[in-house]
Amino acid sequence: MTITTNPQELIQEKPPNWRKYFSFSTDHKIIGIQYIVTAFFFFLLAGVFAMIMRGELITPEPDLLDRTVYNGLYTMHGTIMLFGWTFPVLAGFANYLVPLMIGARDMAFPRLNAAAFWMIPVVGILFILSFLIPGGPSQSGWWAYPPQSLQNPTGNLINGQFIWLLAVAISGVSSIMGALNIVTTIIRMRAPGMGWFKTPAFVWTVMAAQLIQLYGLPALTAGAVMLLCDLTVGTAFFDPAQGGNPVLFQHFFWFYSHPAVYVIILPVFGIFSEVFPVYARKPLFGYKVVAVSSLIITGLSGIVWVHHMFASGTPGWMRVVFMASTMLISVPTGIKVFAWVGTIWGGKLRLDTSMLFALGGLINFVFAGITGIMLASVPIDIHVNNTYFVVGHFHYVLYGAVVFGIYAGIYHWFPKMTGKMYYEGLGKLHFYLTFAGTALNFLPMHPLGLMGMPRRVASYDPEFAFWNVLASLGGFLLGISTIPFILNMVSSWTSGKPAGNNPWKAIGLEWLVSSPPEVENFEEIPIVISEPYGYGKNEQLTENMG
Amino acid sequence: MNIKKTVTLSAIAFFLTAASVWMGRVSYSWFPPQASAEAILYDDLFSILTAIGTFIFLGVTLAIGYNIIFHRAGRYDTGDGPPIEGNVRLEILWTITPLLIVIGLAAASYQTYDKMNLHGPTEIAHLPQVMDSAYADTGETTVAPMTNIEVNSKQWAWVFRYPEKNVTSTELHLPVDQRAHLKLRSQDVIHGFYIPAFRVKQDIIPAKTIDFEFTPIREGKYRLRDSQYSGTYFAAMQADVVVESAEDYNTWLNTAAKQTPSPAPNQAASEYARREQKSDSAGWKTVVPAPAPMVNYHP
Repeated sequence: MTITTNPQELIQEKPPNWRKYFSFSTDHKIIGIQYIVTAFFFFLLAGVFAMIMRGELITPEPDLLDRTVYNGLYTMHGTIMLFGWTFPVLAGFANYLVPLMIGARDMAFPRLNAAAFWMIPVVGILFILSFLIPGGPSQSGWWAYPPQSLQNPTGNLINGQFIWLLAVAISGVSSIMGALNIVTTIIRMRAPGMGWFKTPAFVWTVMAAQLIQLYGLPALTAGAVMLLCDLTVGTAFFDPAQGGNPVLFQHFFWFYSHPAVYVIILPVFGIFSEVFPVYARKPLFGYKVVAVSSLIITGLSGIVWVHHMFASGTPGWMRVVFMASTMLISVPTGIKVFAWVGTIWGGKLRLDTSMLFALGGLINFVFAGITGIMLASVPIDIHVNNTYFVVGHFHYVLYGAVVFGIYAGIYHWFPKMTGKMYYEGLGKLHFYLTFAGTALNFLPMHPLGLMGMPRRVASYDPEFAFWNVLASLGGFLLGISTIPFILNMVSSWTSGKPAGNNPWKAIGLEWLVSSPPEVENFEEIPIVISEPYGYGKNEQLTENMG
Repeated sequence: MNIKKTVTLSAIAFFLTAASVWMGRVSYSWFPPQASAEAILYDDLFSILTAIGTFIFLGVTLAIGYNIIFHRAGRYDTGDGPPIEGNVRLEILWTITPLLIVIGLAAASYQTYDKMNLHGPTEIAHLPQVMDSAYADTGETTVAPMTNIEVNSKQWAWVFRYPEKNVTSTELHLPVDQRAHLKLRSQDVIHGFYIPAFRVKQDIIPAKTIDFEFTPIREGKYRLRDSQYSGTYFAAMQADVVVESAEDYNTWLNTAAKQTPSPAPNQAASEYARREQKSDSAGWKTVVPAPAPMVNYHP
């Protein structure tokens, strides 16, 4: 085969075309950005739902919305945030970064990759369409506990719950396809010389997270299909009126949906592990232990699910066993937290936006971890289970740690993805607004829960009004906080300064290639000779690329 | 280690401990009144967890804050920090210490749980009960040992039935300082029996009867809320709980027994009726609330 060297042809291919982001591209970098941008759209949508809910909750009476509308909104807020935002955005990071970080030219199965992505808009459109059908969207929360979720007041075959289950099942298929692809890529396609203990921590965490998808998702999918059969064709797996067992569904659901939290948080741990060394200018403290602790979390996360059911119909012995396993998971998690503190200890800290979000996310995560241990304790959980204390806890995890980690990742790799620098001032403004908004929105939920305010309520007793007003103001502030971010991203991408290959002087294969990287990433596959965090050591990362 | 370092570390440790103990004390004020024997045990355990949590949180944030303030890179400093890759002793320390802490917490939690002795579903055998239950034995009981009060939940109402007098009520009355025995039932979907002032909660699974016990110790009026999402009018599914002296309780029960049943006010049913009258109702179709319950006593 002859290689064309006609310069005109090369120039014709060169200018990046925005249309490629709307095509069935098999380039992992385009798919990664497709995931991230699509997911961000759903983040904004579900965020608007949350602000409407906070508008309702600013007063005790149910005066803004009909109760059915509130229930539909809170259901779709949780559903879209999980299936439309957190899973896809992290799949996007994994897609974009894993091949670059391990020195591969693409994912193992590029077409499967594109197919998995294009299911996400389908899922999102189904969720949005369910608002338009008679009876509205699902109003049974993202747990969809039967028999409440089976009630179907419209009597129609096509109802909100039906569409919800269908969309969740499609999302599950997409995630399984993605997981298969990512795990295969990581195991089979690491560059020569990149043994497991030369593999970046982010890749380890993605691997650990995607293994959970592979063992957990079948349980959720089975549960969803059985519920769908109960809803449509009259089986009675979970309907107690016909001898079914509703608690069985809770086991199916939480067997996946608790580990799912680790599918979300593990890659964020990975982002923290990448960001702290770069901006502290020190190696990741205890890198090997941090890497292995991810797999320990994968294992333990499979045996903690009943802690969501301490107040359900679970017997005493089960409560105690799952209390112990749940508390145990804080040990590998604590190892990571201490390792990050060890990483920044005595370093040369640069507080760029990415580092601010990572530090803020770490502080929020420590707080969430402490309330998490409280919730693991059976007697404590019995009072606060299904109250705002739990809502506060998991928003500290999912917003305080996960969204902060995602922002840290976006700012850190934005120059790599676009070739442009973002505006540091807008980035810092974004951070301070987000940090204040998070505290104001989610901290008041803890006292509310301890006082006994149940979650998922459209109205509440006047004694809870004070903290709810604060939380609502925080919610609106979080809405405002996204404005500088969007402005920053759009203007920087179109007219930012060129970033160069490695604006942060970071170590890693992705920083050795151009920004944005060429279609096949590496002209020559790198041969890795060093560990991934050699800050202060002045050593070469690869034999052939520098 | 020089003297200056030792003094600094001791001062920090003292500050952290003092702050944690103080926070543990303050945590008692975050709750509704302690209206049951279980609540006292609960708040003590929560206070311990709060103190330990405060210690960890302040410790980590202080460490981060110290580095943010004292270890910032200078404006023109493009160099790296020291290439420290780890410290095996430190890593073992921060694996073993949290492990010991969580084992301790799990043991303390188990002890409290056992003392609270919440029955929950009884179809499966319980762990052997070695600790004393939270039952506050007052020595003098002026009412006969309580029979089981039936708690019937439906979308969206609570109805309590006292079988010995065949009394039904939409307000739960309990004599103070007596172990309350409840039989929880649901007619339709899963509901949650939750009285924050008692710190007790139990999901009610339809087609099952769940035994539940606790001991109210403080006279007064408290709130019972549905804690497991049960559909459209979930938030409105609340009832009052009245804890009163044994005499007052007996008087109430005897008076109620003489009343003929009448429909009790029900927020879900009346809200639904109002919504149906409005032609421009903005809501979606909902499960129709059960009609207002017919009871001997309602407030």
